[in-house]
Amino acid sequence: MTKKIEAFIREEKLQEVKNALHEIGILGMNVFEVQGHGRGGGITLAGRSGTYKVDMLPRIQLNIVLSDHNVDKTIEVIQKCACTGNSGDGVIFIYPIEDVLRIRTGERGREALMYGAGDIDSKEKQEELAA
Amino acid sequence: MNTIDTGDTTWVLISSALVLVMTPALGFFYGGMVRKKNILSTLNLSFIMMALLSIQWILYGYTLAFGNDIAGLIGGLNFLGLNGVGADPNPDYAATVPHMAFMAFQMMFAIITPALITGAFVERVRFKSFLLFSLLWATLIYDPVAHWVWGGGILGAIGALDFAGGAVVHITAGFSALAFAMVIGARKGFGSYSFEPHNIPYSVLGAGLLWMGWFGFNGGSALAADGIAVNAVVTTNTAAAAAGLVWMFLSWRDNKPSVLGIVTGAVVGLVAVTPAAGFVTPLAALVIGATAAPVSYFTIKLVREKFGLDESLDVFACHGMGGLWGALMTGLFASSAVNSAGADGLLYGNPAQFGIQALSVVIMVLFSFSVTFALAKILDATIGLRVSEQEELVGLDISEHGEKAYA
Repeated sequence: MTKKIEAFIREEKLQEVKNALHEIGILGMNVFEVQGHGRGGGITLAGRSGTYKVDMLPRIQLNIVLSDHNVDKTIEVIQKCACTGNSGDGVIFIYPIEDVLRIRTGERGREALMYGAGDIDSKEKQEELAA
Repeated sequence: MNTIDTGDTTWVLISSALVLVMTPALGFFYGGMVRKKNILSTLNLSFIMMALLSIQWILYGYTLAFGNDIAGLIGGLNFLGLNGVGADPNPDYAATVPHMAFMAFQMMFAIITPALITGAFVERVRFKSFLLFSLLWATLIYDPVAHWVWGGGILGAIGALDFAGGAVVHITAGFSALAFAMVIGARKGFGSYSFEPHNIPYSVLGAGLLWMGWFGFNGGSALAADGIAVNAVVTTNTAAAAAGLVWMFLSWRDNKPSVLGIVTGAVVGLVAVTPAAGFVTPLAALVIGATAAPVSYFTIKLVREKFGLDESLDVFACHGMGGLWGALMTGLFASSAVNSAGADGLLYGNPAQFGIQALSVVIMVLFSFSVTFALAKILDATIGLRVSEQEELVGLDISEHGEKAYA
């Protein structure tokens, strides 16, 4: 089975999260620059005279598609690295994915998610085959 | 026969170029503060003044301001189409530079003054109405007022001091901006959400170029490469510095030292020292700049928070009140030891000068506010001042100019 993780995190946490994900073998991801706000509602900035409220704040949306038994490990890493303890740290959504197709090779499903020996899905697959 | 001084002429020509650059610089200063969808429109409101007012000025603007005086109110038509304005100096205005150089220098002031007003109505003005307004405004307000003060008219005759246009340029532009903003109304969404400045670096760039250009604006107003010009450059720099610092602390007290605030403060210092530059000492300029900053800073808050008026880029607070403050301060700090062609102010034992300054300020304020208010009302009722709601929401770059700033 395949899942998609959508993580909304602080811009300044992207490098840290990405490095930590690489370390556990998550190699593929897309990153979007998005704007939004949660329950916190926004922040106050310095204006020309006094201050003003800004309610759409820049965040990074991280999309990762992976096998579902890797989800827990992955969201644990994202939560650990992206957390500052302040309002505005973001959220993670997890969706089921119907199918995957890799354009170059035509591989489907789990095969399409594997990148090589360093990849989390590849390692899991090798362990499965060995067992 | 007056002889041309090459040093003086060089300085006036260089100053003309410096003042010209202030108009596109103003476009960037304003452009940084609007939303992305209106940046081209805002830049163009300033830039097009270089085209429109250059033509107006050589055809008839110059003669209305500097032609033979008629009853102290307006210039005659003797310089129509620059007739008789040539290489020979005109000793009434500048005895050592060609008359045409004086005309060109004054043209740059006629260009930038209506451009200053544009900050009041950015992001919603209909371009064709703006063109007509600017042409009429230059003709009905700027040309007469320039005549009153500099062209042999009534305010010059009673001894009002305005070295480089604190009143002629900044009070008229600032109070006209207030009147126009009251007529055109607020931008859609004003008060219900924040309009974030889309590119503050543009504003910093624009303010930096304005600061530099102002050396020509004030320094060139000496119309000679002499000690008065040097004094004007140093007082100009000092007032900008003092006002920028004070604004920084005001903004720091409210939140953090805003960069947009610091550069705005510097511009307000430049405005306030404009009427005084060639009449006061550098230390007086320091006081003028430092006191102008809180005047404008708190006026911005008052206009927005108490009156709820969308005078969008604070032209009234920065130029109207800054210019008014500077004109009054000139009546305090002017010293004939600095400039023998000037006068002593209240602090140098001549309280009457303060009264003259106050009177000229009142006349300028009433005249520019009321004529602009009437003009804007008439244009609004006939051809309409605003774009449609849909055009405003889409942004003026697309709806008025058919262009997109950033691909």
